[in-house]
Amino acid sequence: MKRVAVIGAGMSRFGELWNMSFRDIVISAGLEALEDANLEGREIEAMYVGNMSAGRFIAQEHVSALIADYSGLASINIPAIRVEAGDASGGVALKEAYIAVASGIHDIVIAAGVEKVTDVGSSSEIMDSSIDKEWEAFNGATLAGLFAMMARLHMHEYGSSEEDLARISVKNHRNAVNNPKAQFRREITVESVLNSPYVAEPLKVLDSAPISDGAAVLILASEDVARKYTDTPVFLDAVVQSSDYLALQNRRDILEMRAVKTATRKALKLAGCSLDDVGVFELHDSFTVTEMLLYENVGIAERGRGHEAIRDGVVEIGGGKPVNPSGGLKACGHAVGATGIRQAVEIVYQLRGDAGKRQVDAEIGMAVNIGGTGATAVASVFRR
Amino acid sequence: MLPRFWRKIKYRYNLVGTKCENCGSIYYPPRNICPECRRKSRMVEVELGEKGRVVTYTVIHDVPESSKLMKPYVVGIVELDSGARVTAQIVEDPERVRIGSRVRAVFRKYGEEGEDGIIYYGTKFVLDE
Repeated sequence: MKRVAVIGAGMSRFGELWNMSFRDIVISAGLEALEDANLEGREIEAMYVGNMSAGRFIAQEHVSALIADYSGLASINIPAIRVEAGDASGGVALKEAYIAVASGIHDIVIAAGVEKVTDVGSSSEIMDSSIDKEWEAFNGATLAGLFAMMARLHMHEYGSSEEDLARISVKNHRNAVNNPKAQFRREITVESVLNSPYVAEPLKVLDSAPISDGAAVLILASEDVARKYTDTPVFLDAVVQSSDYLALQNRRDILEMRAVKTATRKALKLAGCSLDDVGVFELHDSFTVTEMLLYENVGIAERGRGHEAIRDGVVEIGGGKPVNPSGGLKACGHAVGATGIRQAVEIVYQLRGDAGKRQVDAEIGMAVNIGGTGATAVASVFRR
Repeated sequence: MLPRFWRKIKYRYNLVGTKCENCGSIYYPPRNICPECRRKSRMVEVELGEKGRVVTYTVIHDVPESSKLMKPYVVGIVELDSGARVTAQIVEDPERVRIGSRVRAVFRKYGEEGEDGIIYYGTKFVLDE
């Protein structure tokens, strides 16, 4: 196995990008990454694109070829592969790209993620197709509803509160103020979260990440090749994907995300470090409760004590375990198929010292991207 | 629009699941392969009974377009006394539903495809106290 490095990173703005088409969005992210890596483009050997639902959001399938074409890579005939794993599509694209380089098959590849959601389609109903359509959604459950059921159970068993969840949203909005690519660069208050309308009790509008347009791109290279382009590569030391039962009802323990537990522990082991060594996290916060459950399942907090991590400030930028300095999905925006790559881009910026006013001092960073209610989890560990 | 074969699935109307005779685990919806035993699976159909308790629940306010007339509605995960778990609507005043509430299954309409389209039916639950 070859050691894998990141030599370029880029992302589009996230949000309602009315003036940009699907191809515009992904190309803007790709150009930024190429410029960052100082590549011309011809050096790219393969491309892996995370995309959840272009077929329903913009009625366009075959987006692998579309993106290869419009990024000028069809003329050099490289393989372009679309990857779908619900809102973990970006994370899985990163894993596929990582394997391609680690295996020695390719030297330089693109890991991209893109989603365009504001053109056609009903975004929340399309998001509900990442849960079991036949046995959960048919019976009235929504993605928000299932996370709400987890939140209700956590509150019942461990005494967490709607205020605790609101604090997670407030933290992520505060962090996003210093992220020029974020969708919502404004602070909010606990009161405004609590006063926003219910989506699915006890979760409210301001507990929920927006469904956004956006794209993010990483360029990966084998270590020997990377040294030709940069003296300070960030290494991608592990990317691990795990799965769990698709439907929440089939998991014996509704608050345990076994895919997350398996992926994070394996990733740390492969990277040769412990959770204590990780100085910055990007954790999937499709809803505030998602982030709280990830504190517990990643191991930042003990089972049943995720809410204490936010109460005690551990997960703030100035705390011991900073989570989502970018603003997370909540404030940065959740461009579904792009999210896993967008999280990785933030970790790369953090480890290179390029994160500006949201900078955290860390040697090692971890990103965790999940699909649906956790049927897919991807954990990646980066080291500078 | 739902795939039409769904409405033909009898398990949607009757709480019938599968039991693996090799390990004793019960599954709903039914499975062809036991996730615990895989190739050693010996799956047989079992009646799951109609009574159970609420494991957790929510009140959905942001409802899919197809369910807007029901807004808001309660949906929960119910654990049947046989051990199987079902995600289903609980047709009660949200204020009366609690974690641990006893419930029983009823046959109810879930939706329809327009005025002339097919009607979807399935299992919902009511309080049984």
